[in-house]
Amino acid sequence: MSKKQTETLVGGFVLLGLLAILFLALKAANLASFSFDSTYTLQARFDEIGGLKVQAPVKSAGVTVGRIASITFDNKTFQALVTLQIDQHYQFPTDTSAKILTAGLLGDRYLGLEAGGDDKNLKPGDTIKMVQSAIVLESLISSFLYNKAAESPKDAGAKK
Amino acid sequence: MTLLAFPGLVGRRCLALLAALGHATLFFVDLLRHLPGALRRPYLCIVQVHAIGNRSLSIIGASGAAVGLVLALQGYMTLSRYGQSDSLGLLVAVALVRELGPVLTALLFAGRAGTSLTAEIGLMKSGEQLAAMEMMAVDPRVRVLAPRFVAGIFCMPVLGAIFSVVGILAAYVIGVLMIGLDPGQFWSQMQDGVDVVKDVGNGVVKTVVFGVAATFIALYIGYESQATPEGVALATTRTVVVSSLVVLFLDFILTALMFTAP
Repeated sequence: MSKKQTETLVGGFVLLGLLAILFLALKAANLASFSFDSTYTLQARFDEIGGLKVQAPVKSAGVTVGRIASITFDNKTFQALVTLQIDQHYQFPTDTSAKILTAGLLGDRYLGLEAGGDDKNLKPGDTIKMVQSAIVLESLISSFLYNKAAESPKDAGAKK
Repeated sequence: MTLLAFPGLVGRRCLALLAALGHATLFFVDLLRHLPGALRRPYLCIVQVHAIGNRSLSIIGASGAAVGLVLALQGYMTLSRYGQSDSLGLLVAVALVRELGPVLTALLFAGRAGTSLTAEIGLMKSGEQLAAMEMMAVDPRVRVLAPRFVAGIFCMPVLGAIFSVVGILAAYVIGVLMIGLDPGQFWSQMQDGVDVVKDVGNGVVKTVVFGVAATFIALYIGYESQATPEGVALATTRTVVVSSLVVLFLDFILTALMFTAP
């Protein structure tokens, strides 16, 4: 095999390896992987995001309309500030509500948007006013047990 | 053989093993010493990269695809029992990038490239080519052994990455195109769960370590083989066995170091 041919083949091999490592690195890093052409940003503040992750889908009526861009902690209001990127094609009214829901029973969290009835639409950079935080299982169980415990002495007193 | 002679036999075998281990270590240090000489002759290394790397592409690619397909099918069956079938991408990527990619690539590399190295060096030795080179005041370790060592260390991370990528793409074909999972969840859970430094980076480190081990073992066993056709045949099988065991053992040590929380 000629020298030129060998070098070309080895160069191709090295290129393939570089592309493979690049693919692994980019795919593992948090670069946007969806094929939306243009998006606009909205914000929402939550008391509890409960396992919502960056790149989780934003769905309205069950259809994915965007992705979570970033989740940060606001040290002044002690809330989580979630930035959403919504597809340019979809506009939502200003009284849209955002809920953190679970896909399936124990699945991953996603953000659900329920459109309101206002005439005006949310502009890029607006904050969604009506939010419902994630339901955390432990808080539910502890509040249930607390209510149960509060009930029993009351019932015992009423029976007497 | 009398019963009394048995402990003597065991003792002699153990001492021989220790001697071989010491000889191998000295050989390794000698090989490292001649690395700069090989790096100064890049064309020799390039020819070896072609022989070791390019020629292994077909088996690495095919095996990567097969492992990815099987991982996707088995993973889907188990995950769907708990309603977590959306996590298939994460499962396949973590399994491939952290463990299966480096280890299986190393085992296939030892089987394909390792045996070819051993056979080549063994035949060179039996054909007295190495002795002839020494007669001409050409150091065979610089011209023959060290370029193959450099090529082996270089090719392993490349092949490991290609294995993992082909596996993930094959899993995508099964999971998204055939079973019908959500592609966004497939990639987003993977991107969320696989860390560039901790997972991909550690996987690359593993492939480099396995490359050093497998190539060195292949070269050593080839160099120390008996200069007969039977000796070369025996050496090639020994390469596969010893390389595989050492790679699996090193994998255990590296996994314990890298992936267990302190």
